[in-house]
Amino acid sequence: MRVLEFLIHQPYYNSRERKEIVAIPGALGRISEVVWELPVSYKQGMRVPARIYGTEKLIGEMDDAVYDQVTNVATLPGIVAHALCMPDGHFGYGFPIGGVAAMDVEQGGVISPGGIGFDINCGMRLVRTNLSYDEVQPRIREVTDRLFAAVPAGVGSTGFLKLSKQEFRKVAEEGARWCVERGYGWNEDLELTEDNGCTPGADASTVSDRAVDRGFNQIGTLGSGNHYLEIQVVHEANIFDRDLAQAFGLSDGQVVVMYHCGSRGFGHQVATDYLRLFLQVMESKYGIRILDRELACAPFDSPEGKDYFAAMKCALNMSFANRQMILHRLREVFSDVFGRPAEKLGIHMVYDIAHNTAKLERHFVDGREKTLLVHRKGATRAFGPGAAGLPERYRKIGQPVIIGGSMETGSYLLVGTEGGKETFFSTPHGSGRTMSRTKARKQWHGKDLQRQMEERGIYVRTASWSGLAEEAGGAYKNIDEVVAASDLAGISRRVVRLVPIGNIKG
Amino acid sequence: MAYRYLEDFAIADIAFEATGRDLKELFSSAADATMNVMVENLDTIEEREERDIKLRSGEPDMLLFDLLQEVIYYKDAEQLLLRIKNMTITRLAGAYVLRAVGTGERLDPLRHEQRADVKAVTLHHFKVEKTGGLWKALVILDV
Repeated sequence: MRVLEFLIHQPYYNSRERKEIVAIPGALGRISEVVWELPVSYKQGMRVPARIYGTEKLIGEMDDAVYDQVTNVATLPGIVAHALCMPDGHFGYGFPIGGVAAMDVEQGGVISPGGIGFDINCGMRLVRTNLSYDEVQPRIREVTDRLFAAVPAGVGSTGFLKLSKQEFRKVAEEGARWCVERGYGWNEDLELTEDNGCTPGADASTVSDRAVDRGFNQIGTLGSGNHYLEIQVVHEANIFDRDLAQAFGLSDGQVVVMYHCGSRGFGHQVATDYLRLFLQVMESKYGIRILDRELACAPFDSPEGKDYFAAMKCALNMSFANRQMILHRLREVFSDVFGRPAEKLGIHMVYDIAHNTAKLERHFVDGREKTLLVHRKGATRAFGPGAAGLPERYRKIGQPVIIGGSMETGSYLLVGTEGGKETFFSTPHGSGRTMSRTKARKQWHGKDLQRQMEERGIYVRTASWSGLAEEAGGAYKNIDEVVAASDLAGISRRVVRLVPIGNIKG
Repeated sequence: MAYRYLEDFAIADIAFEATGRDLKELFSSAADATMNVMVENLDTIEEREERDIKLRSGEPDMLLFDLLQEVIYYKDAEQLLLRIKNMTITRLAGAYVLRAVGTGERLDPLRHEQRADVKAVTLHHFKVEKTGGLWKALVILDV
């Protein structure tokens, strides 16, 4: 086993946290070409080793915080096998972004909002059309401008749907199904959404009024930061598996739309409420001590844990509804611009999948099948062929995995594989950042970037010029390297690389 | 106001350090630092509406956490951009009690140049401490 020494520097640790960490020299062992491991001896309290996925290049560039955060995760009660970090891993809060941890719920396993993220069910939807690049390119400004008007983005943005707070609570329990039953979508959209767009067990009585206040008028909005809606093209040279691409309805020259957003203020408040609650009961009631308050947690099988799980599912559903309403607006815009009904334009979903979530799933650990709560924070579920829970049409080939890249470089559609079992069928969610937003906004200027991108054939509209600068491609890892690492690890496989031609940034 | 954004920390989010001679000054700076992540120029926020803020916490750091959450809450719930004024912080029965007025106005995209929406205050490395007569806070905001 090759060993790389890493300087573990923690410049902002406060004295209380520092006392709880035993400073053992960092030693990262190499398990395979793209799998690296920190043993339980790395940090006091680790219950399992930590495994980080990445090529040598990605590991060399990885944020130091990833090693600290993923080994903090390894100390959580009930964690099994390994605390994992995907190849796009970077500095998060609590968990690293790209973090995956499975808890044995029958052995005191915990649920932690910091393992899911504040933006519960931040996720991706990929939509195909039967339009070609040649048809869309001459009208890219018009269609992007119209989408920018129809899908609100930016700080505190509100959607066109006006609901009472009581009705919003129904949306939180019914998800995208609520939308489709009221004409905002097609039945097939539900089949092609994770959990059919409605995660069962959502209970709106576990959600605070403040959470509802923050989200009831935000359905159908993008938000900001790294959230976007992008018009993309499939190029022949970027098809890695023709049969799978065809099975997902994709071919050369085709225009698709990919978007990335979550549960907006509603989910953010649900996570905040329970983070606050868990801090109060975690140690006093359950005797759980943690290394980072952002990892506040409660036993899954506790009243507080169960309430958070039910509230989190409300946020999952709100997010499915959010992306469903955006699809509805997208169909309206395309239909208007291209003068044909959405059905004639072939505007069908490929898939919709969360990358900030926790789910009860059955997995094998040491040869025994167990019910595990799998936290994925900036990591995508990637079920292989034959998995229960996949739409019938994808059952034999595996789950579509949607990986959003930076707005300048492109994105990917992957497929889940049998090899995914080593990561509880999890794979990356995006490029992963390499530069802070604060630094990026000094390095690039939004208006210049917009002009440069347009010269390269990508028309961008944004609610925030500095927000655009913060999302410059240079602030991200190389998505090709991230996807190659996943492919090499066998935890997902490349199908198609998608290239942007129009983009809306929040 | 005394705050600065940290360049090489929390790369996907926004980290800032705020300072103040007392908790009131520190908290006002931190609230402005939070709002300044969302709006480029705080001077463009006019004092048109007010919201009373009353908070109570056993620890000063969680009092700050709750105050920053108020700023974020009103941004979503009412699209209000608030700055914190007339703050008092008193000790009562072992707890810190904060009273303040949030003053500002609804977001107007034509007048308020937007930056990034703040989702939440994280507790990762979150701290409030007094060193050498100066209060300091380290905050990472999820954006």
